[in-house]
Amino acid sequence: MSAAAPDAAARSVDHAPPALEHAQSAAQAGLVACRVCRLLSRPARLANPGNCPRCGARLASRRPHSIQYTWALVIAAAICYVPANVLPVLTTTAFGSTESDTIMGGVIFLWVSGSWPLALIVFVASVMIPLGKLVALAYLLVTTQRGSVRNSHHRTRIYYVVELVGRWSMLDVFVDAFIVALVQLQPLMSVEPGLGVAFFMTVVVLTMLAAQSFDPRLIWDAGDDKDLRHA
Amino acid sequence: MEIVACPDCDLLQSIPPLPPGGKARCARCSETLAIERVDALDRPLALTVAAAVAFVVANTTPLLGLSAVGREASTTIMGGAYEMWLQGSELTAVMVAFCAVIAPAAHIAFLLTVLLAVRRPPAPRWVGEMLRSAHLLQPWSMTEVMMLGILVALVKLAELATVIPGIGIYAAGAFIALLSAVLVTFDSREVWKRVEWAVGTPPERAAGEAALQGDR
Repeated sequence: MSAAAPDAAARSVDHAPPALEHAQSAAQAGLVACRVCRLLSRPARLANPGNCPRCGARLASRRPHSIQYTWALVIAAAICYVPANVLPVLTTTAFGSTESDTIMGGVIFLWVSGSWPLALIVFVASVMIPLGKLVALAYLLVTTQRGSVRNSHHRTRIYYVVELVGRWSMLDVFVDAFIVALVQLQPLMSVEPGLGVAFFMTVVVLTMLAAQSFDPRLIWDAGDDKDLRHA
Repeated sequence: MEIVACPDCDLLQSIPPLPPGGKARCARCSETLAIERVDALDRPLALTVAAAVAFVVANTTPLLGLSAVGREASTTIMGGAYEMWLQGSELTAVMVAFCAVIAPAAHIAFLLTVLLAVRRPPAPRWVGEMLRSAHLLQPWSMTEVMMLGILVALVKLAELATVIPGIGIYAAGAFIALLSAVLVTFDSREVWKRVEWAVGTPPERAAGEAALQGDR
């Protein structure tokens, strides 16, 4: 056991934060943490670490091609975002007349009919959250690619929020599904789903996958070592 | 002393022994590294069983009924997806079925199996695979988003119809509450300690210890 012991101890609730001068990341120490069972192993070569000795999962120091995959998914989601909002999501046929609604149309309907809390919820979930996720992921990608070392804490927070909040944009898909399921009272009244739903659902799925494919450790790599940049 | 790399910023650090309910946070990015759970294996098991029961009830009994213009209709969760399929939105139907039924069902089933299998350590390796699959499914288990969606749909329909809640919707609410309790009490670290190693036996000295003590 070496006398000089660089160490970093995780804070527990009652301990003061420790000094970080000698701390290093697992990658800097030549170790890989298994993404499944979190076991730390020392591979023979960092570039091709093999499998975790405990759970057998494929080891990788960072998510492979994280930046490329995330960009591809973000761009694809952005492309689908336009038809998702422009195409109708529900077409109501009542007593012979037909009416189509987009997502915004549904929000306005809720607002006008007095349920403004729900209008707000649907607006946030269906319009703000997907857009916010796309902007946030693009910001994370650009700053990581440029090797930025500032605001790492904030960027990690942003990533955490994107991951947490993403699934809620599925809200409108469920709303439409249940309206369609319940209002099948032909020939007097029936509701059909429109193409907008499929595009909207695609946006949600793609942004969720994009958030999962981004490796948040890349945010900190730039600060650890300028050369340790995995693209 | 457990040596870990923070999953969010990769910093190597050691986790000190924690009191029950104590939390360890990453020294650099403050994300939670570990929580010392009380009763790490029995309590989640009981809750998971209860959640599984609630889930089965929620899916086999009618969720909601609708009464309008002299006609009546009711649906289960799968019924909603099925109707979307019939109306031509096949892709959406599949995703709704996945997020509202298949993913939550598989997630709960896997957690239940893992919790039962580790009661007699060492558990076989496939238990580890199952735990990993459960973690992968978790973000896609969207029962609570579905519930809010039903609420919004009800409000939209309130003017033209009378809505009758069925047993299914209360069971779905119970499932959401129980699942949250499961996720709060479940401790992956305890499970991993009881799973058989893929390659031989655990080494005497953890890989991280050497690095933290300055050896190379």
